[in-house]
Amino acid sequence: MSSVPPFLIFLAGALVVPFLRGMPVVRAAWLLMIPIVGALNVMGIQEGYQLQFEFLGYTLTPVRADRLSLLFGYLFHLGAFISIVYSLHLKDGDRPTLQHTSAVVYAGSALGAVFAGDFITLFVFWELLAVSSVFLIWARRSPRAVRSGLRYLLVHVVSGVTLLAGAMVHAHQTGSLEFGLMELEGLAAWLIFLAFGVKAAFPLLHSWLIDAYPEATPTGTVFLCAFTTKVAVYALARGFAGTDILIYVGAVMACFPIFYAVIENDLRRTLGYSMINQIGFMVCGIGVGTHLAINGAVSHAFNDVLFKGLLFMAMGAVMHMTGKTKASELGGLYKTMPKTAILCIVGALSISAVPLFNAFVSKSMIMSALLYEHHYWIWPVMLFASAGVVEHAGIKIPYFAFFAHDSGIRTREPPGNMLVAMGIAAAACLAIGIWPDLLYGILPHGGEAAEYEPYTYTHILTQIQLLCFAIGAVAAFHLWKIYPAEIPSVNLDADWVYRRAAVKVTRWTGAVVSGVDRAFRGTVLKTVDRTLRGAFRAHGPKGILARTWPAGSMVLWVSILLAAFLFLQFF
Amino acid sequence: MSTHLPVLQVVVPLLAAPVCALIRNARAAAVIAVLASWATLAIALSLLGDVMSAGVISYALGDWVPPIGIEYRVDIVNAWVLVIVSTIASAVAPYMITSVEDEVERRRIPLFYAAYLLCLCGLLGITVTGDVFNVFVFLEISSLSAYALIAMGTRRRALTAAFRYLVMGSVGATFIVIGIGLLYVMTGSLNMADLAVLLPEVWDSRTVKVAYGFLGVGFCLKLALFPLHLWLPNAYAFAPSAVTAFMASTATKVAVYMLLRFFLTIFGAPFSFGVMALDRVLLPLALVAIVSMSLVAIFQVDVKRLLAYSSVAQIGYMVLGLSFASVTGLTATLLHLFNHALMKGALFMAMGCVVYRIGSVHIDAMAGLGKRMPWTMAAFVLGGLSLVGVPLTVGFVSKWFLILGALERGWWPVAVIVLLASVLALVYVWRVVEAAYFRPYEGDEGVGVEAPWRLLVPTWALVGANLYFGINAVRTAQVAERAAEVLMTGVGP
Repeated sequence: MSSVPPFLIFLAGALVVPFLRGMPVVRAAWLLMIPIVGALNVMGIQEGYQLQFEFLGYTLTPVRADRLSLLFGYLFHLGAFISIVYSLHLKDGDRPTLQHTSAVVYAGSALGAVFAGDFITLFVFWELLAVSSVFLIWARRSPRAVRSGLRYLLVHVVSGVTLLAGAMVHAHQTGSLEFGLMELEGLAAWLIFLAFGVKAAFPLLHSWLIDAYPEATPTGTVFLCAFTTKVAVYALARGFAGTDILIYVGAVMACFPIFYAVIENDLRRTLGYSMINQIGFMVCGIGVGTHLAINGAVSHAFNDVLFKGLLFMAMGAVMHMTGKTKASELGGLYKTMPKTAILCIVGALSISAVPLFNAFVSKSMIMSALLYEHHYWIWPVMLFASAGVVEHAGIKIPYFAFFAHDSGIRTREPPGNMLVAMGIAAAACLAIGIWPDLLYGILPHGGEAAEYEPYTYTHILTQIQLLCFAIGAVAAFHLWKIYPAEIPSVNLDADWVYRRAAVKVTRWTGAVVSGVDRAFRGTVLKTVDRTLRGAFRAHGPKGILARTWPAGSMVLWVSILLAAFLFLQFF
Repeated sequence: MSTHLPVLQVVVPLLAAPVCALIRNARAAAVIAVLASWATLAIALSLLGDVMSAGVISYALGDWVPPIGIEYRVDIVNAWVLVIVSTIASAVAPYMITSVEDEVERRRIPLFYAAYLLCLCGLLGITVTGDVFNVFVFLEISSLSAYALIAMGTRRRALTAAFRYLVMGSVGATFIVIGIGLLYVMTGSLNMADLAVLLPEVWDSRTVKVAYGFLGVGFCLKLALFPLHLWLPNAYAFAPSAVTAFMASTATKVAVYMLLRFFLTIFGAPFSFGVMALDRVLLPLALVAIVSMSLVAIFQVDVKRLLAYSSVAQIGYMVLGLSFASVTGLTATLLHLFNHALMKGALFMAMGCVVYRIGSVHIDAMAGLGKRMPWTMAAFVLGGLSLVGVPLTVGFVSKWFLILGALERGWWPVAVIVLLASVLALVYVWRVVEAAYFRPYEGDEGVGVEAPWRLLVPTWALVGANLYFGINAVRTAQVAERAAEVLMTGVGP
């Protein structure tokens, strides 16, 4: 069976969607058809398949299929299918045409990016990702969403331009536009690295994610979490595998969001921080660069789409039914949304890397690879980060939404399509956790690296100890935080002091980190502001450069230029 | 017949002009203008085909042998520019019929077409001729008719804008004629090919250098290089819409052609870049134009003025390509001549559609037009994307060659500035998009429905060309590259 480029099916499918306005059943069927047909098409693509043509003396490769791109291809079809099922209920008030069309284009451009074999194709889909996904934010229509969407668009367009700049320098130096493994040396590689870094939400480049994702529509966030950052992870794995600096970048990414996630009240924003934290694990694995580590990073990306998608879907369902996402306003929802609560707990167990859930089989690969490559300092850092995940995503999210104090909200289960979508994701989380070979069979590096055994005694023991420790710490933490009035009456024993000190240290570190971050961003913003004001003074409607000048002063310029020219020639 | 094509290129519009003025019938004049414009395109295309296959065409006017008589000399460079000018004329002329009826007094319409045809004739004449004094004559024909065209704008400020353009244009033309005179004093010849042979012997004389200075300032004034651009924004903003679309895509392009022809063919690349350091003079001015004028464009509230400032920035790109002093750089310049004509033509024509319906192009007046005039605003968005330089549009092809040229010279910062300026372009295009698509419509319900198809078809023809030549850039890039090689190596056989 001959195949067509994967992105074509989505883009062509998206063209039809606007014409299905007012026919919800036909539209639903059509939308579901797109990823299914796409998946059948991708299954037919052989490893090593390439589509090439010449453009201005360069070889462009719009489609290049190898194990790495095919894995992401399968993943994006699965992610698109789940997200589409999740968003089928959209009614006229939610701008369904706009949301569905842009979501399908968005999924198609993510596919285009992972199958791109050259930088120009990559750049085109890189920008298309940004342009199509911003409508998922704007569809919310609140002024806040419009503004944060604009900022999101600006950041990503600049990232694309940086990528193009790097690509052109690269093409000039090497004479080739092929997108392959690079050394992080020279201007070209750094520009490309920076562009990838923006999309992967590297520390200090991450604020767009926290800014924009929580502002998107409940269904839009599910799409957003599946594609943009995963494309960046793919690009890093393709271009910069084994680049040492990524290990440290990844470690910072895995750690710093924890402090924010702990103090954040908005649960969807908490998940945004959690997302950066998970990408940190992937980036770290890519930095290690061994076959095992790359397999781990890539399979963690695969799993992340499932469990993070599941958590975002659960929070989206809560938001859809109650209109709230703040931890302080929610609570006790398990009484009226038991199915959602259970599904959310499956997602929470997955992200916490509990054995038999999917993150366990991928994260342990990254952790093992760190030890095999003797990164003894990074390993405990990542262990700390894992404990943080349990706290902010594994316990905080389900606890505050569905249990905690009863907020008095009485609602119903979300629409059936949302439950089905969450069910598919939850089933996939469990299936991969129980039968890891499902995933291991398609990993980019076969052979020995693929025969990794996650369920050894040491792995399980380490993880269970970590979980127990983390849960214990969290329980203590909450005990103190939730019942502050009771604190004075508790006897002053050593244990209590220790707990209190630990909490204080955590808070203090959080405050320092966020203080430094705020100061940094403040300075940057102020500088930008000042530059803009200066530019406006000179270039604004009344500025010296934009005024309507009398003919006399125009002629003055002519004579100045002529005089300068003659002067230069004679002296 | 085909041997007379070079002269027919000029004679067709030149004869059509008085016919328009004499018959005094708006509709008939319009038909004549459209047919004449299409005829010039057919002639230009067949000339380009001939030159591509057979090399330089020399046509002796009145059978007087050059260098004594006036020679029309067509090589791949000016055949290319002829195609640009006549393509835009062919797209704008049918558009004029409807647009001009709306914006110009009825009794003046036949005269309007006469002025338009004279302007077209002048621009084609400058391009086709091989005689430097003839260049000056055609320059005056095109300029004088352009002043008249601009003065026919609906607002009274069109008169002052036209007058200021007249003063500046005359200063420029005077400088050019002084330069030509000095060259004649030194060599005794007015024929371009002849001058190219004679000039190297007198390179060292101060007279030649002074001539170079006068010519340079004169050309830069005509092509609106920063800081000599001050006449342009008002002239474009207040002229009738169709005139703006025509002038913005042709007049400055022909001025760039004059600059290239004089400084590279007549004086020669070794003199311009070696002795006179033309590249080092133009580079900073081009960069300031690109950045500063894009910034000014961001803060404009009148969209025609915004696009006018953007034109000054885009001229910066063309001059920047020249300042690389390489074949790649010149290829970028020549490609951008064509590409910018397509994009600005499309954008100004879209604005003409808006003027036709709501009578204003103030950014606030355009609020909510995305829904009410979907085809017009879609044309604007696509033209705007091309202006920004998004792949699959012609803008990307120009930027591509420009950046390659910068990298070839090892000028990384220049390449970065070019890319950053694209983001600035995105900002000013975005401001219009934001108004049209994200703000609610505030005007009367009755006004502001989609523009008539007679305006939309020519606009979309140019938009389509923007996309077509962006996707299939091989042909245009080949022609531009061969033309750039001709310019860098001097006169052909």
